[in-house]
Amino acid sequence: MKVLRDLFRDYRFALSFCVLCLLLVLAVLTIFSPYDPTLWGVVPRDLKPSREYLLGTNSKGQDVFWQATFAVRNSLVISVIAGTVSRVIAVLVGMVAGYKGRLTDRVLMFVSDSLLVIPLFLIIVMLAMLIRDKMNLVTLGLLLAFFGWAWDARVIRSQILSLREREFTQTAILSGTGTLRLVLNEYMPFATPLVFSTLINNMSWAIGMEMTLAVLGLVNLDIPTLGTMLQWAISYQAMLLGYWWWIATPVVLAVFLFVALYWLSVSISEYLDPRTRIQRVGV
Amino acid sequence: MEKLLELDRLTKVFTLGSVISRVRITATDSVSFYIKPAEIFALAGESGCGKTTVARMILGFEEPTSGAIFYNGKKGTKNEKVWFTEGIQAIFQDPFGTFNPLRTVDRYFFETVQNYKLAGSKEEAIRLIDEKLRAVGLSYEEFSGKYPNEFSGGQLQRISIARALLTNPTLLIADEPVSMVDASLRMSIVNLFKKLKEELGVSVLYITHDLATAYYVSDRIAIMFRGNIVEMGPVEKVLMEPKHPYTKLLRESIPEADPNKRWDTVITLADTEYEEYLRAGCKFAGRCPDVMDRCKDEVPPDIYVDGVLVKCHKYAGE
Amino acid sequence: MNQTILRTEKLKAFYVLDVLGTRKVVKAVNEVDLEIRENEIYGIAGESGCGKTTLLKTLYAAIEPPLRLIGGKVYYRVNGEEVEVSSLSREEKRKLRWEYVSYVPQGSMSVLNPVIRLKETFRDFLDSHVSGKTKDEAFAIAREHIAALGLPQKILDAYPHQLSGGMRQRVTIALAALLKPRIIIADEPTTALDVVVQRGVVQLLKDIQQNLRNTIVLVTHDMGVQANIADRIGIMYAGKMVEEATTEGIFGDPLHPYTRYLINSLPRFGDKTTRESVPGSPPSLINLPSGCPFHPRCPYALEICKEQMPGFVKLDNNHKVACWLVGEGGNGKAS
Repeated sequence: MKVLRDLFRDYRFALSFCVLCLLLVLAVLTIFSPYDPTLWGVVPRDLKPSREYLLGTNSKGQDVFWQATFAVRNSLVISVIAGTVSRVIAVLVGMVAGYKGRLTDRVLMFVSDSLLVIPLFLIIVMLAMLIRDKMNLVTLGLLLAFFGWAWDARVIRSQILSLREREFTQTAILSGTGTLRLVLNEYMPFATPLVFSTLINNMSWAIGMEMTLAVLGLVNLDIPTLGTMLQWAISYQAMLLGYWWWIATPVVLAVFLFVALYWLSVSISEYLDPRTRIQRVGV
Repeated sequence: MEKLLELDRLTKVFTLGSVISRVRITATDSVSFYIKPAEIFALAGESGCGKTTVARMILGFEEPTSGAIFYNGKKGTKNEKVWFTEGIQAIFQDPFGTFNPLRTVDRYFFETVQNYKLAGSKEEAIRLIDEKLRAVGLSYEEFSGKYPNEFSGGQLQRISIARALLTNPTLLIADEPVSMVDASLRMSIVNLFKKLKEELGVSVLYITHDLATAYYVSDRIAIMFRGNIVEMGPVEKVLMEPKHPYTKLLRESIPEADPNKRWDTVITLADTEYEEYLRAGCKFAGRCPDVMDRCKDEVPPDIYVDGVLVKCHKYAGE
Repeated sequence: MNQTILRTEKLKAFYVLDVLGTRKVVKAVNEVDLEIRENEIYGIAGESGCGKTTLLKTLYAAIEPPLRLIGGKVYYRVNGEEVEVSSLSREEKRKLRWEYVSYVPQGSMSVLNPVIRLKETFRDFLDSHVSGKTKDEAFAIAREHIAALGLPQKILDAYPHQLSGGMRQRVTIALAALLKPRIIIADEPTTALDVVVQRGVVQLLKDIQQNLRNTIVLVTHDMGVQANIADRIGIMYAGKMVEEATTEGIFGDPLHPYTRYLINSLPRFGDKTTRESVPGSPPSLINLPSGCPFHPRCPYALEICKEQMPGFVKLDNNHKVACWLVGEGGNGKAS
């Protein structure tokens, strides 16, 4: 609680937190949606925003507002899957590599280095093309998760390497603590702040990646996400025909999401860094 | 003679650098000594003399390149970890590093009790912990639920000793236990070792660079220099009548807390420590005031002079 | 008696921290009066966290947030005139530094630039203070200086990492003495060094002082080093000076109970009698006890000790002490 109060003192945190809450409310609203988001022609086409249709309707005969609620929900689901799964991989790989050392370390770091040096985007595009038919929220999330852990695993590994040399590790060993408990009890508290701040970064990366893939037409276009909404709007020439509400909705939502996530991660990592904390508080 | 712990020609070689410029550093070179029950044995020397490596090998944190360690006559190997943790416990140099800053200190106590099955219930565990804390002048109330930064260095070092005592060890390895403790509190730690020895019969391997406290507290002492024990024997003899030229230099270099005993002679220092490690023969030959020709290429033998082991050519053939 | 060269008046320097919304004031230097004379080695001793390093920073006028000068003044005697340091401009301070007063911070071995040879470091140093020297002249000055201090000349051609820690420490001290400053302030120059090397550093500091006949302010918690090198010693406790006397006075006739404990707890060769530590723990500088900060640990504490801080009283032969048991406040010595 005290932590939250301190964080809220930073206007960036407070603001981005509110924006995220609003977006979450949008996502929750999907429960009350009067329309099935995958169906076409449920409402009149190409209507401007009005009292009845808050954000207008699109050329597919869908209500843009309710589409947007689904888009936000699905994009968030993808990013949360991608973020958490990649964090779990990063923590596991980083801790095992750092604590075990020797051959295990070399093999795991070879894998993560390979992921770091290959042109990630091309690989993702290729894989997305291959499994396009089976693409849904979960597979897309997992695909992104698989490519998002390498760097953070390296950071955690180096943290463990230095913690392993600290004397409290020896105290724990002399206390009879086994390897697994030692890593979880002694090292995890040091890795947690890092996991949280990178989680947010990873989530915004996943959202951006999903949008890119969608615009390229490499995901299942029937599932509304911020990316597919944009893709449909572009392919129906919404800009040219003057249906600005159709294209502006996903863009504005995405911008809000990105900025909110970015500010959140910046203010959290500043909070966790004691040096900038002193500066920020001002003496 | 009863020997609690015995080290037999313990050697540790570290290999540094890449394949092209590989350097082998002998951190400890055939180090042999033993510790008797209820004895404080000091292992003294400057940084880089290998004393910490000895401690790490005894505790199993480092595998010796060659040589063996015997505890109660049993040989310790890598697979038998239990023999040392129950009987041999350790305390470390930095009291603030001994405990994880993000965890409360009492967690280590409960973990030790749990892992070694020292108590059946929580009440029993607390009673045991309180008993050990009282032995070092603290109590359970003033320590439970607190983080390391809520204690002073001296308190933490005593807490660290209390944790080590939980398993009723027979030997305590103390690696520079007072070098980071405030001068005004140092003696409380050192006096504790005496008390443990006298009241509980615990032996202590006191690793230090501080010869003055080593003299004060220990029964026997070994002086290490660049991986070798150069002089070993009863502390009165080794420190009051040093025989090896290095011990003499070390002894004279201790600044005595007496303004009437100031240094008046000038000393020479080694420019780089690195060269001394690689030196063949006696490693001290480069700085020794009594250096002879054979010191430079012949490793000096271990010679017993007046009950003291000296590794020096000066005493050969007498 | 020599003239005073460095003087402080009721010097107060606190760290003002804002830790997560709560204001914390660390009273690191609390009303310190010092008079340090020309041509002497003045030792300051005390435990870690008693404000020694902060005192040095204020003496050197290197005050940076969160450290703040709360009150009091620091005077230097420059060319026969007393100068109040905080009144100087940034430029004037810069000129005084290294030429008049130099500072060897703790762990200063790491200040040497690792990628250039030491002679280049010496030349850079000369360049920034004495202009108009050619490269060869600068090297010649460096070589002469190093030789005069008895250090091997070949170290000038070495990179810092090629030297041992002790040699690096001595090179930094030599560097601090290069411009022949009148005051050298050294913070724990012998800590973390081996005893033999430590002796070399002490030897070097003594040599410099004898050559330049200047003032060295030496902070170290090691009473053995103090006994060996200092002419006068000030004992610091919880941000305050509690005793000051000649080295013989401190070791032979300590008056403050804290000093007595400190001296008596030192182990000595040839004497295995039991030594006792100071009871209790050092106080936190954030939350100081009332009155005399030592009273919770002092076995002789009186009622007044809990209420009022005793003054820093000068007794005969310039022995100064801040204790109610001694001097005008008390009824003679504590025993």
